Amino acid sequence: MNEIFIFILSTMGALFILLAAIGVVRMPDLYLRISVTTKAATLGIGLILGAAAIYFGDTAITSRVMAIILFMLLTAPVGAHMIGRASYFTGVKMWLDSQYDDLKDQYDPKTHKLSSEEKPEDKKI
Amino acid sequence: MNLYDYLYYVILPVLAISTVIIFIRFLKGPTLSDRVVSLDLLLTTGIGIIAVYSIHTDQPTFLDIAMILALIAFLGTVAFSYYLEKREKNE
Repeated sequence: MNEIFIFILSTMGALFILLAAIGVVRMPDLYLRISVTTKAATLGIGLILGAAAIYFGDTAITSRVMAIILFMLLTAPVGAHMIGRASYFTGVKMWLDSQYDDLKDQYDPKTHKLSSEEKPEDKKI
Repeated sequence: MNLYDYLYYVILPVLAISTVIIFIRFLKGPTLSDRVVSLDLLLTTGIGIIAVYSIHTDQPTFLDIAMILALIAFLGTVAFSYYLEKREKNE
């Protein structure tokens, strides 16, 4: 019974990682590639680690696997946001067919502050 | 089919092929940010390979290495993006 779960989970995980790899090569734009990396790869890794947790069936190993999955779920969006923000500032072009750029003229090019962000002079009043 | 054979002959080759495909983007990547993203994905795939290998060799100790690799991947991405942004500010 456990073996069937391991078969299913590892197959799904490997398929999602393969999809993420194909997406990273085929996507036309850096920002679309970032979205593929954060979603599909994190899901695939979670499934494969779940298969490992079922295989060993021990409380210590299961808690370790849960810690890894939680860490991945916490850090993947943070890292993706940081690299996306940095590459927006360094002038990485968007795809030609993209319709909206909501961040255009919203950022101060010198200080990298958002226009909606609170200014330091306003705080004193 | 045995579970170990399935992991060894199906799952590990699929992960290896996806590593090669990601490496193409790592070599091609037009900008530095593309390379950082694909390096992050390479390390993430490495965690998956380590997990499958720990099942295959029946050694749960390898999962510790997977945890440290996840930490290093996150630290690398954060450091790269921090210095990318800093370099842009100075110029």
